[in-house]
Amino acid sequence: MANTMTLIASSTVGSGGTATISFSSIPSTYTDLLFKCSVRTNAGVTVDNIFFTVNGSGTSYSGKMVYGNGASAVSSTSSSTQFDSLIQPGASSTTSTFGSTEIYIPNYTSSNYKSFSADSVSENNGTTAWAILSAGLWSNTSAITSVTITAPGSGSFIAASTAYLYGIKNS
Amino acid sequence: MANPIRLEINCETGVESIIELTDAEVAQMEADRVAAEARKAEEDAAAQAAADAKASAQAKLTALGLTADEIAALSK
Repeated sequence: MANTMTLIASSTVGSGGTATISFSSIPSTYTDLLFKCSVRTNAGVTVDNIFFTVNGSGTSYSGKMVYGNGASAVSSTSSSTQFDSLIQPGASSTTSTFGSTEIYIPNYTSSNYKSFSADSVSENNGTTAWAILSAGLWSNTSAITSVTITAPGSGSFIAASTAYLYGIKNS
Repeated sequence: MANPIRLEINCETGVESIIELTDAEVAQMEADRVAAEARKAEEDAAAQAAADAKASAQAKLTALGLTADEIAALSK
């Protein structure tokens, strides 16, 4: 059972925003990784996706998710060029609200396919807010050395969005 | 007009770099967005269809004379 957690790196988006946030050259000295972010996009929507990729790869992602907004709930399956079962508030959501997302990646250096679990919510002090629980898989045996989140399309993560990467060791 | 930027944090050095996206990267991001939106639309349609079916069923039960409490009891 993992019993230590160390902050590897963090970043706060500055003025002007950014389309992607990446953590590269991740050390292989941990057992698991935990990625956390609190972001908001400038896209003109209430809720937007967050795209998650590893090692710059654009293939072999799949996932199952269940999500709801307090009025209805849906489950679905995805298979895509990125893991996209993550959400964030957009420009049409309540001003100054940011989402909350966490992705746990066990055994990120193993030679097996990389599974991960995620929870993601689009904070919004209004009528519509969504929450997602998801299971993801990157069908690749390479060790994970970088992780990236991307704001879809021409959107950007706005200033004050934050991202953190933690390493977790078994000892 | 300059392309959007990406923020990269090197975990070994701690150096944070700001790099302009290439045209190809911008095009790929747009294609990914379109695909994700299409999927989201399908999911929203499925959720709406389920909600509509539930409302229709409740209306039919009400027409048969069931009370709101009796209808609620059916789903427990």
